[in-house]
Amino acid sequence: MTSVREWIDSGRHAVSERWHNGPRWMRWAVIAAVIVFFYALPNREFYQWLGPIPTTGSNFGQVLFTISIYVLLAVGLNIVVGFAGLLDLGYFGFFAVGAYTVAVFTSPSSDLKTLWPWLLALPLAIVLTMISGVMLGTPTLRLRGDYLAIVTLGFAEMIRVAATSSAFLKGQRGFNQIPHPPGSYSDGKPIFGVLDPRPYYWLVLTLIILVVIGVRNLNRSRVGRAWISIREDEDAAQLMGVPTFKFKLWAFASGAAIGGLAGALFAGKQNFVSSQNLELLNSIIILAAVILGGSGNIVGAIVGGGLVAYLIERFRGIEFFGIELYEYRFMLFGVVLVVMMIFRPQGLIPNRRRAAEFKDRRKEVIVGG
Amino acid sequence: MTTLLEIEDVSLLYGRIKALHGISLTVDEGEIVALIGANGAGKSTTMRAVSGIRPVAGGKIWFNGEDITKLRADLRVRRGLCQAPEGRGIFPGMTVLENLDIGAYTRRDRAGVARDLARVLELFPRLAERRKQAGGTLSGGEQQMLAVGRALMSQPKLLLLDEPSMGLAPMLIQQIFSIITEINEQGTTILLVEQNAQQALARAHRAYVLETGRIVKEGTGADLLHDPSVKEAYLGVA
Ligand SMILES: Nc1ncnc2c1ncn2[C@@H]1O[C@H](COP(=O)(O)OP(=O)(O)OP(=O)(O)O)[C@@H](O)[C@H]1O
Ligand SMILES: [Mg+2]
Repeated sequence: MTSVREWIDSGRHAVSERWHNGPRWMRWAVIAAVIVFFYALPNREFYQWLGPIPTTGSNFGQVLFTISIYVLLAVGLNIVVGFAGLLDLGYFGFFAVGAYTVAVFTSPSSDLKTLWPWLLALPLAIVLTMISGVMLGTPTLRLRGDYLAIVTLGFAEMIRVAATSSAFLKGQRGFNQIPHPPGSYSDGKPIFGVLDPRPYYWLVLTLIILVVIGVRNLNRSRVGRAWISIREDEDAAQLMGVPTFKFKLWAFASGAAIGGLAGALFAGKQNFVSSQNLELLNSIIILAAVILGGSGNIVGAIVGGGLVAYLIERFRGIEFFGIELYEYRFMLFGVVLVVMMIFRPQGLIPNRRRAAEFKDRRKEVIVGG
Repeated sequence: MTTLLEIEDVSLLYGRIKALHGISLTVDEGEIVALIGANGAGKSTTMRAVSGIRPVAGGKIWFNGEDITKLRADLRVRRGLCQAPEGRGIFPGMTVLENLDIGAYTRRDRAGVARDLARVLELFPRLAERRKQAGGTLSGGEQQMLAVGRALMSQPKLLLLDEPSMGLAPMLIQQIFSIITEINEQGTTILLVEQNAQQALARAHRAYVLETGRIVKEGTGADLLHDPSVKEAYLGVA
């Protein structure tokens, strides 16, 4: 066991060395190849060569769309949990705010009857989720400790209850005929239709790339340094003059905005939003994805989100000694997380600093004494 | 001499427990002022009140002529007040250089920051040797040096040091106290909390003795060093 781990570790180390010390063009070439691969992935002509990787039980394009939404959510939650170190247990609530904002302003079943096009509702959805993030964060982020975790958990539950029981939000009947994103091919057919999920996937993929570029730049700026200091020692950060509350709120609100964006994209694809879309456990799944991938590392969050969503979809329709694996997906993730926490708490693709934080000598005292 | 810090009748609560019962003290520009007292006397609490990470329940704090009683902690740093916290508060995942860099977080003058970085690395050659090492893996003494160096990076008018000699070997204690004197001679005013009363009183211009949240004695460092009751209680001499 140990030797296998050492072997894997040394292999990973070698790859990481080569990555960081290799020439710039090589890194760009690899990134470009990865991006091209993912744009090509939903095409049958391409994925039929990939053996058992594509899902068999369901439409692979649809699965890829779902995965891309999870990846976007993981990238957003990583800002909150990974960068600023805030435990948000209700992140999926922001997804719901985004999806419902689009639904309420665009769907004919909405009481508002505004019937906006999707593209008009999109910025509003992002702004409203951001505002809800600020409203939730302002009272709680001043407090230390676990309050935030509890309040965010309560927030997601509150959204779910509101969606289920308020007449305005239509409960299980939901909102239908939510319009799709705009655009048509040269022959007049809409790009974003009902049958082909691929354009939606490409849209989300493109947005993921843009969001990642933005987040990466933010994280490398003064803002990023402030986040790290808050995550590592909030009191010390404040003593060094970092306005901790402001930056926590920023992390929380920008994470929320990305969650809202994901929700709006989902609503635009799905055509239908109801309280049944609000599985509370999704918050936990996304959190698990971020931790699994390597909290604080953008690539880690992408890999974690992609892997978790893919595995969930891969379980669908697979029976194991007569047991439908999909039914046990949450339990399996629980087990995987526990195992990860024991053997690799810093995640699959850890952040360099995070790894060092786990080696913090102050913790030796606790272990030793 | 002008008064840099003035604390007037400050009290502070932890929940319902009163940790400070109306203490008053002043620090003049250019001084080293020591605060000594037994464990739990409220020394660190006083520091927290001054640096602003704990709100006070009553009283006033003036810094450089400005009432900062209600001012946010991070803004106090911008006014020139910086604390090296008890227990060091090193950022474990950041390298030595990154830790020092955060110390200069409030500053925009790059040239000045570079100059101060050079100065800190000169004061603490050990840090210079380990500039790329993660803060969390430094030894206790090295972390202590980093905490002091990091606070200096903010170019404070008043440097608050909470037990800078804690956990250090005797030789290092000597060294850190000489550095404190040196920093002071270079123009930084210092408020120093110490268990090591002997050293603190020898280095300080003035000192206060704190007992269960009250100031019970004050005087010049030399006076207190020879005060019989201080000798008995804090210097371990009968
Ligand atoms: N966060 C807290 N919550 C409750 N009580 C506290 C807290 N911090 C300190 N106290 C109490 O306040 C009193 C003063 O504590 P303080 O840390 O200021 O002591 P100190 O003089 O710095 O002692 P030491 O020399 O041991 O560091 C103590 O009785 C302590 O138990
Ligand atoms: Mg103390």
